[in-house]
Amino acid sequence: MALQSLDIVRRSATTTHPPTVRKAQTGTVAKLIDTTKCIGCKACQVACMEWNDLRDEIGTNVGGYQNPHDLTDQSWTLMRFAEYENPARGGDLEWLIRKDGCMHCADPGCLKACPAPGAIVQYANGIVDFQEENCIGCGYCIAGCPFNIPRISQRDHKAYKCTLCSDRVAVGLEPACIKSCPTGALVWGTKEDMHQHAAERVEDLKSRGFDQAGVYDPPGVGGTHVMYVLHHADQPELYNGLPEDPRISLSTRLWKGVTKPLALAGIALTALAGFFHFIRVGRNETHESDEQAAAQATERARHG
Amino acid sequence: MSDMTRRQFLAITGSTLAGSSLALLGFSPGQALAEVRQFKLSRATETRNTCPYCSVSCGLLMYSLGDKAKNATQSIFHIEGDPDHPVNRGTLCPKGAGLIDFVHSPNRLKYPEYRAPGSDRWQRISWDEAMERVARLMKQDRDANFIAKNADGQTVNRWLTTGMLAASASSNEAGYITHKVIRSLGVLAFDNQARV
Repeated sequence: MALQSLDIVRRSATTTHPPTVRKAQTGTVAKLIDTTKCIGCKACQVACMEWNDLRDEIGTNVGGYQNPHDLTDQSWTLMRFAEYENPARGGDLEWLIRKDGCMHCADPGCLKACPAPGAIVQYANGIVDFQEENCIGCGYCIAGCPFNIPRISQRDHKAYKCTLCSDRVAVGLEPACIKSCPTGALVWGTKEDMHQHAAERVEDLKSRGFDQAGVYDPPGVGGTHVMYVLHHADQPELYNGLPEDPRISLSTRLWKGVTKPLALAGIALTALAGFFHFIRVGRNETHESDEQAAAQATERARHG
Repeated sequence: MSDMTRRQFLAITGSTLAGSSLALLGFSPGQALAEVRQFKLSRATETRNTCPYCSVSCGLLMYSLGDKAKNATQSIFHIEGDPDHPVNRGTLCPKGAGLIDFVHSPNRLKYPEYRAPGSDRWQRISWDEAMERVARLMKQDRDANFIAKNADGQTVNRWLTTGMLAASASSNEAGYITHKVIRSLGVLAFDNQARV
């Protein structure tokens, strides 16, 4: 399967250019999560575990519907439940349920931050995938992710997250979560088609009084291959802290941007300075008189 | 300075060259290539079935080990919705999506068990024993309570002290047969949820 690498457009910690002649000629793929249709049944969570051969620990109930409490190395997707009392509707309770998981950014912060060659790759169809055999478990992908998605396994100390079922997509199938969704809140297709579908949904929602309904496809990370339809697109934070304008953090950008050539230049200059010092001044040489002075100093120190 | 002899210079440059050549010859770690996980259903046996839970009766595709060859023992390892089924068109609820663990559950009932009146434990019995016991109890009850004629002398042939609860996910045909068997005994209390 070595030729698979031909469909890779980006590879972590690699300076050589990956083979990028092949493109997604018929469009990249996208998952559209319509939070306005979701009933929070968690079929997607179960289907994800079933397909990916994961089984999370049976946790404890902390008084909410959200289970498990957070994403884990075994739970790559999670329904996050938020209770919102909408002041615009007289304090009516709105149950905002968001399927959380990897957003498959066009400009992935995890890939940028990853120091292990080939541990994170981006395929031509838009999927960002972790290659756990190359992962060194440093956790930089978590720091680099604007959505706080990857999780390190305590068992093998490697990072895991949603693969967008790259193994199913590679043979032309939809991801397991999409297939299971009984309300049609999860839909799948080319990114173009998903935008079209989302636009129809937004129009419908606006006609039902959700004036701020909209699509979430944040440009700060180059757009995502997992998009949301939100009732309150003007306040994405309502949905359990979905960031309004996610970006790769400044430290990651500096560290992987200007810092690298600067540090390299620093190392080269130091070496060069050393070389010039060597040929101009020469090495630090000692003479017989220096040795005697040192011996006398030692004697003095010994006998006070 | 200038302590390095011509001989030392040759030795250092020579060993550097040898080291880099070795790396080029394949002694350095190769570039790791990426690939997606292999698709696990490629040649698995695909079997259609109906979800056993509720009366919605979603269509299932069950994938099992092997290609039905004589020497391969089948075992289901993946279940997903049947996209050609008109009821669910590929979708499943969380219970249906997790059916694989229901199939392989250590708590799954695999044989008839019997708990005697007043006992606190179940004991395993054979299918023959179970069938015979059910048949005997049904016959006893029917013989004792069967009503052939009502007070007006009309033939009614009914048996009101026993009811029948059948499967929720039976096909029309299975429902028809269950109906025939149970009605021929005179049972009136009968729920078959035959909605498929």
